[in-house]
Amino acid sequence: MTMKQQIASASQKPIAFARDFFSYAIKGGNLYYGWLLFLSFFVIAGLFTTYVQMTTGLIVTGATDQITWELFISNFIFTAHIAAAAVLVVIPAYIYKRKDMKELAVLGEIIALTFVIIGLNFIFYHMGRIDRAWHAIPGLGIFNFPSSMLTYDIIVLNTYLAINLVAVSYLLYMRYLGQPMNTKFYTPLIYVAVAWGPLIHIVTAFILSSNAAIYSWKTAVLPFAFLSMAGASGSSLVILMFLLIRKFSKLQIADSVIDFFSQVIVWSLGLIILVFISEFFTELYSGTHHAASLEFMIDGHHGLDAYVPWFKMTMTLIVLPFILLLNTTIRKSYNSLLPVICSVVFLTILIEKPAVLVFPAFSPTPLGEYAVYHPTLIEICNVLFIWAVGFIMLTLLTKGAIGVLTGEVRDSKTVEAGGGAK
Amino acid sequence: MSEDKREMVDEQDDGQVKESRRDFLKKMGVAAAATAAAPAATAKAVSIAEALQGHFELMSDEQKQKAIARLEERYSEQFSKQTTVANTPAPDGVLFGYALNISKCIGCRRCVEACVRENNQSRDPAIQWIRVLRMEKGNVTFDAKDLNAGKPSSSSLGDHGIQSGGHAGKPVGISGYTDHYYEPEQVPEDNAFYFPVQCQQCEKPACVKACPVRATYRDPNGIVVIDYNWCIGCRMCQLACPYWARRFNWGEPVLPSEEMNPKTHYLGNRPRPRGVMEKCTFCLQRVRDGRYPACVEACPVGARKFGNLLDPESEVRKVLATKQVFRFKEEFNTDPKFFYYMD
Repeated sequence: MTMKQQIASASQKPIAFARDFFSYAIKGGNLYYGWLLFLSFFVIAGLFTTYVQMTTGLIVTGATDQITWELFISNFIFTAHIAAAAVLVVIPAYIYKRKDMKELAVLGEIIALTFVIIGLNFIFYHMGRIDRAWHAIPGLGIFNFPSSMLTYDIIVLNTYLAINLVAVSYLLYMRYLGQPMNTKFYTPLIYVAVAWGPLIHIVTAFILSSNAAIYSWKTAVLPFAFLSMAGASGSSLVILMFLLIRKFSKLQIADSVIDFFSQVIVWSLGLIILVFISEFFTELYSGTHHAASLEFMIDGHHGLDAYVPWFKMTMTLIVLPFILLLNTTIRKSYNSLLPVICSVVFLTILIEKPAVLVFPAFSPTPLGEYAVYHPTLIEICNVLFIWAVGFIMLTLLTKGAIGVLTGEVRDSKTVEAGGGAK
Repeated sequence: MSEDKREMVDEQDDGQVKESRRDFLKKMGVAAAATAAAPAATAKAVSIAEALQGHFELMSDEQKQKAIARLEERYSEQFSKQTTVANTPAPDGVLFGYALNISKCIGCRRCVEACVRENNQSRDPAIQWIRVLRMEKGNVTFDAKDLNAGKPSSSSLGDHGIQSGGHAGKPVGISGYTDHYYEPEQVPEDNAFYFPVQCQQCEKPACVKACPVRATYRDPNGIVVIDYNWCIGCRMCQLACPYWARRFNWGEPVLPSEEMNPKTHYLGNRPRPRGVMEKCTFCLQRVRDGRYPACVEACPVGARKFGNLLDPESEVRKVLATKQVFRFKEEFNTDPKFFYYMD
């Protein structure tokens, strides 16, 4: 086949690929449809609450001048955890050349892709003037680079999105055609993606720690906390997904893969504990004003103690899974305890974002006010809307990718001719 | 207006000022509710040209004129009164500075009220750029029963000579004993002193550094301004500010037509849209015309001084030269041009 023919056939086939990919992705059993229907419920409710927020303004959320970050941006930080952790699926395959994970690397990229998109959605809901988002596009608007930390985040998030979009679609498309990949193009892309994952998260941590006025964020351990939380929550999601995939699809996932991720969770949780101990010690021993937010979480302030139970719960549910997962039998309980622990770790770190990291950090305010955040129903519905859209996307992309990897979705001509000839 | 003021503050023989801020707030609330229903104050749709306009500082003179004409037309219609949006340039050779005498401040908050009226802040939700903190005098207790009331408390394991009790002051907290919402019958109170805080117009503003689109920037006179048509509402500046000086328009601002000040400036007190940041500009619309900020004029005890820091003869410079002066939160290294002083 000549180069010309290849290009000609390549230009016709992407549409067929997209058609085959998504027609496979939307087919499934009752459980599968039930799951999608469940998510659609939140999408429909969320469309209405989105309309309310977009026409009324952020006043429909619980945010105030005292606590200026709402649930959206708190959830964004969590999506950055997962998006960064997705490289943990790629690294073993490409850097340690683990054969049992070579096939699965693309699933990691799909997780990264989806969670960057979910995160960007959260940022849009956080913005007061979404109609002016173009002001931050270099060339069109004014890009306050290199002063503003937010501009770094705009760069790294969009680059990460682009890298993963290209990597995922290229790999799946080539598999669909049954053609070998151009490794000179693909391998460097993967290595950039592997470096970029932690980068987006370090930059996200710097967005918080750049604020000198918020004492509990202005700490050098923040990127370490974020990356270790990424390792724990991201790996938990990966284990849950892989356990479901190997139960419900033909894709083979070895126990060794699950074991790798449960190890990552253990040591990530261990690191989180170390980070918390360092932070708590540094703040509490000297007991200066810098410790005020932390003391507010631990003790409350003059009876204002809404964060206290959340703080205690989060700390317990970080330490407990760590101790449990040190046990090999529990790490290998693929069908019983392990998925439960993974769900707990995932949800704990999700809840930790607003309840421990973000909201208490705003008390005391720079002028000494203490306040407790009360999320509104509209805000919660919008958060669930974004999550539901994200999980629908994750489900469909993963399902379609499994079809491609198992060979159920492939170019019909490739099948007939037995390999690539036109 | 002048009648209003007389109602609000009754000067008494002993020099004390009787405050009826509750009445003032009540009136404001009623006015806001009344006009929320009136069609005159509903926001007019923004034209496509306005939605697509660029950053104010980068516009040509012609573009600026058009942008201002658009705004004047929209505001005049919305508030049913002829509104001007000035573009008075920054005067040369001027660096504005502010000095506030905390030993004089009586906590009456007339500055807050004057600021709200002058600068067209939203009445509902209420936005105020000046926050007056009330602090109680004598924050130290020598009472025996309070000795162990503080933190860290004495331990059942023994004090080992390092534990302190309540006698060393009340438990720790960042100005944790400031009252933002005091409502006394009369000010000043015998047992309190007051500390007003507003934008400190820093020479190294953390907010300007944080803005991703340069919607907030320092003008040639050292005032940190905001282009309300360029702000994207990300609130990074609000996080960065160590003085809690910035306020966000969480909802559509409600400004009753009859209370709206029609003499505005593009970078100053023109009515703001929903979803953007705002803050004190030293009354840019006034000071660029050589007038005093509204809070300076409103202060009944002369605690507020304003002037040109580059002019050695200015009132502010004289305060800096002769009084005990400090800047709030110097550790943040933002170099405010807002000074506090004592007699």
